[in-house]
Amino acid sequence: MKKIEAIVKTFKLEEVKEALTSIDIKGMTVTEVKGYGRQKGHTEVYRGAEYVVDFIPKVKLEVIVPDDMVDKTIEMVVEAARTGKIGDGKIFIIPVDKVIRVRTGEVDNEAI
Amino acid sequence: MVNGADTAFILAAAGLVLLMTPGLALFYAGMVRSENVLGTIMQSLIMISIISLEWIYIGYTMSFGPDVAGVVGDLSMFALHGVTNAPSETYATTIPQTVFMIYQCMFAVITPALITGAFAERVRFAPFAIFSLLWAVLVYNPVCHWIWGGGWLAGLNVMDFAGGLVVHATCGVAALVAVMVIGPRKGHGHTNFLPHNLPMTMLGTGLLWFGWFGFNGGSALAADGIAATAFVATHLAGMAGMAMWTALEWIKLGKPTTLGAASGAISGLATITPAAGFVGPNSAVIIGLIAGLVCYLAVNFKAKMQFDDSLDVVGIHGVGGITGTLLLGVFASKAVNPGGVDGLLAGNISQLGSQLIGILVVCGYTFVVSLIILKGIDHFMGLRVSPEAEDQGLDFTEHSETAYN
Repeated sequence: MKKIEAIVKTFKLEEVKEALTSIDIKGMTVTEVKGYGRQKGHTEVYRGAEYVVDFIPKVKLEVIVPDDMVDKTIEMVVEAARTGKIGDGKIFIIPVDKVIRVRTGEVDNEAI
Repeated sequence: MVNGADTAFILAAAGLVLLMTPGLALFYAGMVRSENVLGTIMQSLIMISIISLEWIYIGYTMSFGPDVAGVVGDLSMFALHGVTNAPSETYATTIPQTVFMIYQCMFAVITPALITGAFAERVRFAPFAIFSLLWAVLVYNPVCHWIWGGGWLAGLNVMDFAGGLVVHATCGVAALVAVMVIGPRKGHGHTNFLPHNLPMTMLGTGLLWFGWFGFNGGSALAADGIAATAFVATHLAGMAGMAMWTALEWIKLGKPTTLGAASGAISGLATITPAAGFVGPNSAVIIGLIAGLVCYLAVNFKAKMQFDDSLDVVGIHGVGGITGTLLLGVFASKAVNPGGVDGLLAGNISQLGSQLIGILVVCGYTFVVSLIILKGIDHFMGLRVSPEAEDQGLDFTEHSETAYN
């Protein structure tokens, strides 16, 4: 099992969710986050004074999938989240030792 | 002789001017960070209480009481002694003196509130309150007397229809002194002080604009053609100021901003204030355009100087008030207001000289007295919050409240 952590543009969340639902991924966790990458934020101007905004709002979504679903999931996220412009985000894949469903006590693939 | 229409109009105008203070509170509060919203609002709001009380006991009599050597009114009207529903013999002779008194009270209230934008986000409440009270007594009241209360500047023919000198120049100069004495906010120059809620600032702009019709229109002190002249000039100058600032920003930065549009409107409104009842509509548009240009340049100059006049009181109210006071000497016309004066364009160069004297005297006096008051309070009480409190924000550290939960 892997955790797929994707940081994407906020307005792309809905499309990514629909793409993942279409390949039968049943749940996800979404967090509003702020950060920057190589582009180093952006500049806003108020009454002539320039401010560099370092941390740009993004959403982070986390899904846990069986190993055989990893490549397909990544493909769907990339396809849905890509605009081709700077700041489209990143995807991280992290191994998961164990999953337990609290209500029933089911474990691992049955609990996803 | 009391005139019913005049009385009704000035009572309504007094309500409009009062509304400008909570409007200003929102205008300023939208521009600060989210942990300083209530602290900023409180600094304007509390003036309604402190200055109204100051006004009825000594402010009104110092400003409009019987003249002592052209310098100040005597204290014979302490606690409104003799201020009745009979008109004054000297001022606003068609409305009850109580109406005149409460209308003028609202001007005294908003003037120290305007200063607070300069030192936003870093001053303790107690020393701030004492400063505002002393400033109202020692700066506002005498200057008001000199120009509107039959004092020595009125004798030199210095004209100010609704407060270009009395309100805007005084608050702008005091703001300049405050920035020099108090210093910049912690992290100024490398930390971001982004406005936390510009829609709140836009709401404040609307309330200020609405109230300004009472501020300038009501300064005719009668429901007459001069009030209409001032009302129209006010609207047109605000509109022209907004157009000019927005256009400049669009050309220079590539995008028009809402804060720029609001700033331009306030610039135009502040600048037309001294001239509103003395100029025709076409002059008002030109004054508004000049206001948008001059105040835009002043605010940009401040940004280059790394000078932390946090919400641009100097660049907009100070520069606007002074510019408008000078432009009165250019555009005023007796054809518009037979009771007024002729300016340069009507062939009278001497009015410009009177206006210049008024500016130098009022700005010089305000600078010196504001400096003494602020230095004194800073020495005995300390004006600034601690660096930790500045990080935490005034809402919690000074008022034990938070605006957003």
